[in-house]
Amino acid sequence: MITKITHTCIYVLNQDSAYDFYVNKLGFKVHTDAPMGEGARWLTVTPPEQPELEITLFLIAEGAMFNKETVSTMTALIKKGTFGAAVFTCKDLLATYEELKAKGVVFKKPPTKEFYGMEALFTDDSGNWFSLSQANS
Amino acid sequence: MEQYEKLYLYKRIVRAKLFIDDHYAENIDIDNIADQASFSKYHFIRLFKSIYGKTPHNYLIKVRIDKAKLLLSADVSVLETSMAIGFDSPTSFTAVFKKLVRKTPSEFQKDAKMRNAAINQNPFLFVPNCYAETNGWIK
Repeated sequence: MITKITHTCIYVLNQDSAYDFYVNKLGFKVHTDAPMGEGARWLTVTPPEQPELEITLFLIAEGAMFNKETVSTMTALIKKGTFGAAVFTCKDLLATYEELKAKGVVFKKPPTKEFYGMEALFTDDSGNWFSLSQANS
Repeated sequence: MEQYEKLYLYKRIVRAKLFIDDHYAENIDIDNIADQASFSKYHFIRLFKSIYGKTPHNYLIKVRIDKAKLLLSADVSVLETSMAIGFDSPTSFTAVFKKLVRKTPSEFQKDAKMRNAAINQNPFLFVPNCYAETNGWIK
């Protein structure tokens, strides 16, 4: 029986910029930031109130995992905003929306009432998009 | 109209929260923070707590302790850390830190040092094997 997710992965185009976005703008905590040799870096962050879930900020770069063509295709798709990467939740969407906007986060959709609560959509520095929701109380 | 009023109110509270985020290391108090939101002190405390689940003072302490953890992990001394995050004395910093983190700053720093050393010595202990293999980091 599967019990939990421990790691998940968001593909990013630049790990320094992703670090700034997820840590300094979204307020996530760095879990592990380890040099893996030859410029590679294992960088994981956790949502502030979910320290057991590591989100790997995985660099799209040519190497054993991706060849040149795949890097080019993935980069274009991410930049185009093809991938919805996760649904985040917060206690107060309007406050979180105002705060993130003040920090320069770009929203594709402002807070909007949905049947399940309120939802807004934003993109990260690479182009991945996320839902930010607040459930009906 | 009601929605616009609500958004305006949120903007003011968020402005105060960001003021704490930016000025936590300075000698700020509830009056400075409430001024940022242009509210009376007690009205402001009530609104802030309803949005963030903490009083502005408790939120300020949380920000300071979070920053302290980063500095201690980067091997900054307890004395320098306490000064860098706006505490008057290392004694009061240590007392607050221990109450919230359940370790003294020195204990926390020792644990962080050991973890950093372990990461540097063998980073593969911190990476699921499937990722390390797929990336060609281990054969």
